[in-house]
Amino acid sequence: MSLFRHHPTRLVRLVPLLLVFIVAGCYPDHPQSTFDSTGPVAQSQLNLFYWIFWAAVFVFVTVQSALLYICLKFRRKPGDPDPEQTHGHNKLEIIWTVLPVILLAIVAVPTVLTIFDNANSPDPDGMHVNVVAHQWWWEFNYPGEDVKTSNELHIPVDEVVNVSLETKDVIHSFWIPKIAGKVDMVPGNSNKMWIKGEEIGIFHGQCAEFCGESHANMRFQVIVESRADFDAWVASEREPAVIPVEPLAKAGLDLFEGDAQCWSCHKVEGSSRSRGTKGPNLTHLSGRQYLGAGIVENSQTNLRNWLTSPNDLKPGNIMYRDAAVYNDPDKALSDSDISALVAYLRSLK
Amino acid sequence: MISLTIPIPKRPTHPTGIWNWLTTIDHKRIGILYGVTAFILFLTGGIEALYMRAQLATPEAEIVSPEVFNQLFTMHGTTMIFLAIMPMGTAFFNYIIPLQIGARDVAFPRLNAFSYWTFLAGAIMLKSSWFLGGAPNAGWFGYAPITGVPYNPGHGIDFWILSLQILGIASLAAAFNFVVTIINMRAPGMSLMRMPLFTWMTFVTSLLLILAFPVITVALIELMFDRFYGANFFVPAAGASPLLWQHLFWIFGHPEVYILILPAMGIISEIIPTFSKKPLFGYPVVVLSGVVIAFMGWMVWSHHMFTVGLGPVANSVFALTTMAIAVPTGVKIFSWMGTMWRGSIHFSTAMLFSVGFVALFIIGGLSGVMHSSAASDAQQQDTYFIVAHLHYVLFGGSIMALLAAVYYWFPKITGRLMSESIGKINFWLTFIAMNLTFFPMHFTGLDGMPRRIYTYGTEMGWDLWNAVASMGAFLLAASILVFMHNVVRSYRKGEISGSDPWDGRTLEWSISSPPPEYNFAEIPVVETRDPFWAQKRDSVATARVGGGSGEGEHDIHMPQPSYWPLVVSIGLLIGGYGLIYNVAVAVVGGAIALIAVYAWSFEPVNEPEEH
Ligand code: HEC
Ligand SMILES: [Cu+2]
Ligand SMILES: [Cu+2]
Repeated sequence: MSLFRHHPTRLVRLVPLLLVFIVAGCYPDHPQSTFDSTGPVAQSQLNLFYWIFWAAVFVFVTVQSALLYICLKFRRKPGDPDPEQTHGHNKLEIIWTVLPVILLAIVAVPTVLTIFDNANSPDPDGMHVNVVAHQWWWEFNYPGEDVKTSNELHIPVDEVVNVSLETKDVIHSFWIPKIAGKVDMVPGNSNKMWIKGEEIGIFHGQCAEFCGESHANMRFQVIVESRADFDAWVASEREPAVIPVEPLAKAGLDLFEGDAQCWSCHKVEGSSRSRGTKGPNLTHLSGRQYLGAGIVENSQTNLRNWLTSPNDLKPGNIMYRDAAVYNDPDKALSDSDISALVAYLRSLK
Repeated sequence: MISLTIPIPKRPTHPTGIWNWLTTIDHKRIGILYGVTAFILFLTGGIEALYMRAQLATPEAEIVSPEVFNQLFTMHGTTMIFLAIMPMGTAFFNYIIPLQIGARDVAFPRLNAFSYWTFLAGAIMLKSSWFLGGAPNAGWFGYAPITGVPYNPGHGIDFWILSLQILGIASLAAAFNFVVTIINMRAPGMSLMRMPLFTWMTFVTSLLLILAFPVITVALIELMFDRFYGANFFVPAAGASPLLWQHLFWIFGHPEVYILILPAMGIISEIIPTFSKKPLFGYPVVVLSGVVIAFMGWMVWSHHMFTVGLGPVANSVFALTTMAIAVPTGVKIFSWMGTMWRGSIHFSTAMLFSVGFVALFIIGGLSGVMHSSAASDAQQQDTYFIVAHLHYVLFGGSIMALLAAVYYWFPKITGRLMSESIGKINFWLTFIAMNLTFFPMHFTGLDGMPRRIYTYGTEMGWDLWNAVASMGAFLLAASILVFMHNVVRSYRKGEISGSDPWDGRTLEWSISSPPPEYNFAEIPVVETRDPFWAQKRDSVATARVGGGSGEGEHDIHMPQPSYWPLVVSIGLLIGGYGLIYNVAVAVVGGAIALIAVYAWSFEPVNEPEEH
């Protein structure tokens, strides 16, 4: 059934614009607005929302105006006698039981249709991404493409992507407001959803289920790109990391795979040492636009800040909590260590 | 038989001062204790909310740390639900129900005192966690496995579990008490279908509570075993499904929502007829719809779990059952409007709050229908849209109704009227501030703001409406200050109200304000709904209600005060702390409670006094 998958007509689109304006206040950019959908799942959810919204507006206006009318009309005036002590009115009571039933049926039918619509992937054999949530970052695995990455999801435009959702620790929820409503990631219980981006661009997602101290900082980006760009990205992701030649970066590599013990938590493809899985895969870190699960731009300064004191950018994060370089003063990184590590990480293109 | 005689001290006779309050079993005094305590706790929950609104007023604020923020929203939710709204309802159940049904007290007066002291124990336990290493931090519905020791090694969650258990005991004891009271102690002639609506809704709420609390008790015991003794009820690594917690919690949690709102609906159903000078429109239907809501409340719990992956069939079924609840709710709203129709409406402050309730509850109801649609709820679940909805229902609904109830019954309780002019300021300030606070949350929610985040970036575009909501919250706090001012001022020097300031319809207005200890010198005989109104208007000539001459007064034997309910509760409190810190202390606490129960059972009764 595709009752709710068409794009709405002009008129229906105008009103949303108005709403967006109200909701938006005066700011231009709303990266997580549910009113500006760019995928069929979010679109069907939005259309359903409007359908119910208008039904609700209708009820709101009629009932509230009736209430207001009653309040104004039947105010007590001095000297008014007791009103007639009526106890009820059968016909009226039946009407106001049946009317809501009809109204609800109008809402219920498209609801059920959309639920089933969105539950089943239109192309179950299409591309597949396996998302694994961790406190407080994301792992994206592409079994078909043999790509493993973190915190930045690339998908080809106009293609159905089947997503399976898992978590390594507590409950999280995977949500890209402009592309699809959320589905939770429950331990021991893998969930499925499908998404499709219909517009090229960067879209923002966020964990929607409270998952602990840095729940607010568990975000990610979805990069919807042309098939050609996507293929190019896959090709570059599959390359192992290049071993740096520049001396500072080389020193960084040594630290990374040595005393700083970064290797114990992070994977860098091509390195025989860095095979850790407690933290994000860093093979192509510098190809990403954001750092720390989508919270700050991936710049030299931010990377430096991140390595200097991860807890300032992201309170409670597991790296700060568990890495020896942060919780053992004897092993703390010096400024030059950090410069070396930054140089190395920046070389991971 | 072993004959073992432990001397048990006699019941206190005519205690004064503090002892009077500590040993009282008078339902009116217990009602006042409940009300005052719950209001103070309401203020603490409000302060927690203000901290959060201050933190969220601007992007990337640093007023509280994320960890403290998480504790704040957990404590705010738990406080408002279990320590404020529920016990404020219980305060009115206590004070008003015996008066409305023409009884001299509740069925089990000492159990009633025990409910209060145990509630206080639970409240102290929960709130003290702030000072004992950190409050619980996993949200008021504490989803597994984040409540497990690996993710939550501190004591916060332990405090949460044990205080909810203690509060559960208090609530259950109170609920049984009210069910028995309402079934057994009604004045002659007051058939079920002559009961005032508030009594009816109290009855329904108590039944809901009796059925719902055991479920969360079980869930909490399981969680406690996981945390204290290494059990695996909710440990995914051991093969457990954390969804079990969600099912158990919400099978309790959804009826709990009705436990919070049905008393409010009962209150409104008293006030609107009184100030419209008309009987409640469609009384049987309003009663029935309350019962239906309570019943259907058991069939909708999974609407809190639309996104956990139950599949399209389950989601569709729960979407439909949830929508269906709108029907009886609508019937109630229309019946209130029908009551006002052709009435002679006097907009006292109590009436204003009641009409405000109706207007705001419509909004909360409609947003409820919006997210009953599981598919579109995928965009709303766990966002500020939900936060908006639940506050329209719980603040716009429950709190507005409870404020209405204070304005309405204050003269009965104190003998003085609250100031109407301050009342009007109070109402309009509350009404405007409430909308200013919670309406913008609809916008931020649809704009993609998840709930329970302690910070957000300005690039998200949520600044404006968050700022507005925070301003609203502080205005709301101001309106509560106005309310407090009015209560204190009116208690000291409010106008003397007389026994029936509102031309009331039910029995509580037939006796003096404040009522004598024994309530009714002569138990009234009821022959109609709204018996006091009928008597005043002389339409039922034979109705014999109303204050007696005081002639029979000397023969009325009221139940005597007792020390033991308080002692049992102290035992439970010590036991609670003991379970967290030291089992030996828990054993001591348990022993105190047991001994006190024994003493309670065999406590000698004083001879009736000579006059
Ligand atoms: C105890 C395990 C652990 C150790 C040791 C560790 N990290 Fe991490 N690292 C993590 C985790 C977990 C994250 C994800 C944090 C988050 O976003 O919440 C992370 C994130 C990062 C990121 C950001 C990745 C992204 O996609 O944005 C960088 C860069 C990084 N670590 C570098 C390092 C370096 C350099 C070292 C060595 C000094 C190191 N890590 C040591 C666990 C660790
Ligand atoms: Cu989260
Ligand atoms: Cu519910």
